[in-house]
Amino acid sequence: MLVLEKNALSEEIENLVNQFGTERSALLQILQAIQRKHKHISDFAQQEVARLMDIHPVEVNSVVTFYAFLCTEPKGRNIVRLCQTISCDMAGKEKIEETVQRELGITFGQTTKDKRITLEFTNCLGMCDQGPAMLVNEKVYTKLDPETAIKILNEIK
Amino acid sequence: MEFEKTLNKKRSGPVLFSEYKLGEGVKKALEIGRENILFELRDSGLKGRGGAGFPTATKWMLSAASVSEQKFIVCNADEGEPGTFKDRVLLLEYPELVFEGMIIAGYTIGAKVGILYLRGEYEYMLKSLEDFLATLRKDNLLGENILGNSSFSFDIHIRLGSGAYVCGEETALIESLEGYRGEPRNRPPYPVNTGYLGHPTVVNNVETLASVPHILLKGGQWFKKHGTDKSTGSKLFSVSGDCEKPGVYELPWGTSIAQLLEIVEAKDTKAVQVGGASGICLPKSQFNRVLGYEDAATGGSIIVFNQSRNMLKVLKNFMEFFAEESCGQCTPCRIGNIKLLEAVEKIEKNDFTFKYINNLKELGKTMQVASKCGLGQSSPNSFISILENFTDEIFGLNGKGKNNG
Repeated sequence: MLVLEKNALSEEIENLVNQFGTERSALLQILQAIQRKHKHISDFAQQEVARLMDIHPVEVNSVVTFYAFLCTEPKGRNIVRLCQTISCDMAGKEKIEETVQRELGITFGQTTKDKRITLEFTNCLGMCDQGPAMLVNEKVYTKLDPETAIKILNEIK
Repeated sequence: MEFEKTLNKKRSGPVLFSEYKLGEGVKKALEIGRENILFELRDSGLKGRGGAGFPTATKWMLSAASVSEQKFIVCNADEGEPGTFKDRVLLLEYPELVFEGMIIAGYTIGAKVGILYLRGEYEYMLKSLEDFLATLRKDNLLGENILGNSSFSFDIHIRLGSGAYVCGEETALIESLEGYRGEPRNRPPYPVNTGYLGHPTVVNNVETLASVPHILLKGGQWFKKHGTDKSTGSKLFSVSGDCEKPGVYELPWGTSIAQLLEIVEAKDTKAVQVGGASGICLPKSQFNRVLGYEDAATGGSIIVFNQSRNMLKVLKNFMEFFAEESCGQCTPCRIGNIKLLEAVEKIEKNDFTFKYINNLKELGKTMQVASKCGLGQSSPNSFISILENFTDEIFGLNGKGKNNG
């Protein structure tokens, strides 16, 4: 990471800490904000959060690694999460899974080479009556068929 | 299809989906006062709608009675149980009921702050909910001196989860709010005494809070007219799986599974999973059982399986879910769920002895008593009930297994 980038990230985290506060209860909100923007929380970002909040970096790391929606390694610009839980599974999740993998040339858990999309499975999205469902970043799409799923993926930047 | 476009369908039901005008509940609450609110609630027999079924009036009374500078109301919208989506409907279509329930709870126990813990998967709702809170502030249903009552100020914040099923457990939820890993705490102390930041906290399910305004307006006795003796009122059932009309239904407690299947037009049904992945799986012979705390208890999740479904695959899906979502804090749950999943995989490969299966059923029973929180205590339910209720199918005792044997 370049020094300039590091400085920018430090400043950004400082602003977040100013906004949410240095109490421990603000930690998850700060981490969520970093994740939203950078799609991951790097070691450096974790250390900065720890320094500014005056807690041990391991504390920050333990929180980041606990939650499924937070991660330490870089991901694609868009995270696509396909629901793998029973109702969506019965509604045809597998077909969506196969088509999407073939189309993007990656498997679930991987990121496209152009860093456009990361594919992931997720547990119940609460769309069981309208499966199969998937999240694209925070947006939810329901009643998917392979064709519309591909169309949605092609539209995201 | 983008989801937002599928909304706006008119609903009707005996309690939650009945007519309601914004602000009526809070107005009535301020009129009748704290003691009468608690009285009506106790009279109604309302129990927690998340699945555990703790009496709401008792929870509120305990936290109203505890002495502290600060108290909190937390609305648990971390709806993660597979097959449950009633909170999604309430938050999108009836936010006034949920938020007014929180305001009334705040007034009753003497809290100034309410927190809605919204699961990360529901982030797309955040904007509409924040907008709705702004409307409430404008109408003076939130903020300082609510509806001109100089002794009552209350505001609600929304906090997002980050994709952890276990945070639906109330103490794990509080840990998460405090900025820690969502690991459940030992209880006691209960949140009503030592909750968020160590202060008395009421954690209620979305549906529980949404029931409160209706109860205050129409009375505990009216609420009690619906349902059964031990399970009063109505319940939202989230029905999914093999049926013609999946969706959210408001039905009185005491409805039998057979009746429900008829309503949702399920045909050729082999099994019904009541209570989500942590619930029990019932075969056709038990469809006369009734939904209620006294018989087939559920937080609302009903998943229907028709004859074409392979129950072992269903079980595998459930066990994969638990192995992934166990927080890993206590040993019975962390290791137990993985062992149960291994067993399912062995059965799949036809590489097992019945001694081994029986040992694992025993392990399941150990997990039910030895796990720290509801996750590990209830995750063996589907393992045990599916293996016991569908023995013939799974172990091939009829059909090809028998002929080959």
